[in-house]
Amino acid sequence: MISDLFTATVLIGIISSGIRLATPYLFAGIGEMFGQRSGVLNLGVEGQMLLGAFTAYFVVLRTGNLFLAVLAAIAVGALMGLAMGFVTIRLQATQGIAGIGFYLFGMGMSNLLFQKLIGVVENINGFPILKIPLLGDIPVIGEIFFQQNLLVYLAFLLIPVAWFILNKTTLGLKIRAVGENPEAADSLGVSVVRVRYFTVVLGGILSSIAGASLSVALLNVFQQNMTAGQGFIAVALVYFGSWRPFGILAGALLFSMVNALQLWIQVLGIPIPSELAVMMPYILTIVVLALSLSKGKGPSALTKAFEREG
Amino acid sequence: MKNLYKVLSVLLVLGLVLAGCTPAEPETSEPVVEDKPLRIAIVTPSNINDLAFSQSISDAMITLKAEMGDKLQYDYSENMFVVDDAAAAIRDYAQKGYDIVIAHGSQYGSSLQEIAPDFPETVFAWGTTVDTFGQPNIHAYEAASDQGGFVNGVMAAMLTKTKVIGVVGPIETGDAKLYIDGFVAGVHSVDPTIDVRVTYIGSFSDVALASEAATTHLSAGADVLTGSAQMVIGAIGKAQEAGAYWFGTQADQTSFAPDVVVASQVYHWEVIFREIFALRGEGVLGGKTFSANLKNGGQVIKINEGLNLDQAVLDKANETIQGIIDGTVTIP
Repeated sequence: MISDLFTATVLIGIISSGIRLATPYLFAGIGEMFGQRSGVLNLGVEGQMLLGAFTAYFVVLRTGNLFLAVLAAIAVGALMGLAMGFVTIRLQATQGIAGIGFYLFGMGMSNLLFQKLIGVVENINGFPILKIPLLGDIPVIGEIFFQQNLLVYLAFLLIPVAWFILNKTTLGLKIRAVGENPEAADSLGVSVVRVRYFTVVLGGILSSIAGASLSVALLNVFQQNMTAGQGFIAVALVYFGSWRPFGILAGALLFSMVNALQLWIQVLGIPIPSELAVMMPYILTIVVLALSLSKGKGPSALTKAFEREG
Repeated sequence: MKNLYKVLSVLLVLGLVLAGCTPAEPETSEPVVEDKPLRIAIVTPSNINDLAFSQSISDAMITLKAEMGDKLQYDYSENMFVVDDAAAAIRDYAQKGYDIVIAHGSQYGSSLQEIAPDFPETVFAWGTTVDTFGQPNIHAYEAASDQGGFVNGVMAAMLTKTKVIGVVGPIETGDAKLYIDGFVAGVHSVDPTIDVRVTYIGSFSDVALASEAATTHLSAGADVLTGSAQMVIGAIGKAQEAGAYWFGTQADQTSFAPDVVVASQVYHWEVIFREIFALRGEGVLGGKTFSANLKNGGQVIKINEGLNLDQAVLDKANETIQGIIDGTVTIP
């Protein structure tokens, strides 16, 4: 029975499902990583995802324009990020609670808007499968990696881009400095407030795109609360990935592929109780975390509000 | 001046005491006949337009409202997945004097057990379950979803060409499990060689995971799919893309994918609630268990007319429905 798992169809299925499932985690996780690296914890990712998902879906429903939908989601995400920034940076509210507040707001607002403006669940034509010429024709590999939709490709491209920004640019240096030692950064002329606003707005934008990837690319539908906790898992993945883009990639892929695996286990009738199968991605993530040797310490100034003295 | 204050305060106290001494209303438990509209409150765990569980109770209320007009007034609290929130809402409604409070979620049982005794005049209805805790003011209702599941299964067995059928379930419990067990039995009653694969994705709301579950089934050879709970819209979407047939439950899912939805098992809870209203009129506030099944019209198989199905399939479906109603067809 377990040998059934090692056929081409199954392996292709598991990996390509894993890639699709990982997409929202990549967007939201990288967004959260930038914010946390600069010292701001944002627990409102789920709310931002839901509002982004609704916004993009609504625009496609009314105009059919996918590009406009993504732009609208970016705008909404930026606004949410700006609001979060104002509350935590300017007003210096406790970051964790403020984030939860935004989560509740995003969830409630997306529910309300959906009920008032649409009211009925229906599907739309979202981003189509974009087959990459030449690469998409390679047997097996082509089918898995190069026959996905645009937002999936963008999510994976985001990882090396985020790595480059964080580690090879002055901006990235400033972000990391502000997150480790904001007082020192401030004394060197870096505007802590500006950097943090930037990362939090960027985080909002990326979370919003994560939600949009669900509603107009992967699932082509909107239902209230459709993210089902993925925003919080994205935040957890930032910790799992030690605040590093490739770490987050590894975490997202591990979690998503094991999820895809457990689906196949159930489909193939391998006698594992469904409750245990469903637990697998979570258990494996915990096990890997416990066994991993390089446990990142995290930005020292995470969750600490910065107040300029003197 | 001091004396004046003393006199005034004594008068005030006297006045309050007298006001509190109005004779008590005579205790009655006779039939509740009144001209005021019937006030109903509903507490449900997901959104009322989820095209599934909560939608079914909302649709029932809309039907009843259309029948009863001004004589019925209802309010609802949706998304009460967390039991504590729901308990607070239920208690709140009872305190506000609603005549009937419907706790539409099997997880609300322990809350009801606590709350119901505090409000002996209020009718509480708990679904989907069979337990009334022996309380005189709790009714229990459930759907015999295995019946509709069986009929769907019979049709699915006749429609599959690859002899592989996929099921996308939420969590292996309650209504979902009942439907799916009935479905599998229905398929095998027609052809025991058909491979029915069941996946429980572990969530009622994870649309992305339901979508991947459907993709997995389709990759593994299924050409007919079914499933339960609101996240199935992810699965229906994939079924539509692949041209695979879909069988729905809890609400009429035809509108979502008119090209592939064959039939939906629709709940008509209003059948039960009409009975509950009548009983309340006679002074019975609880203690009964109701079932929404094919016989009493609480369950209806809504077939998608637009699909122009083979007559043989439709005949077999009607035959099975009649058989279940008559008792000649039993579900294992």
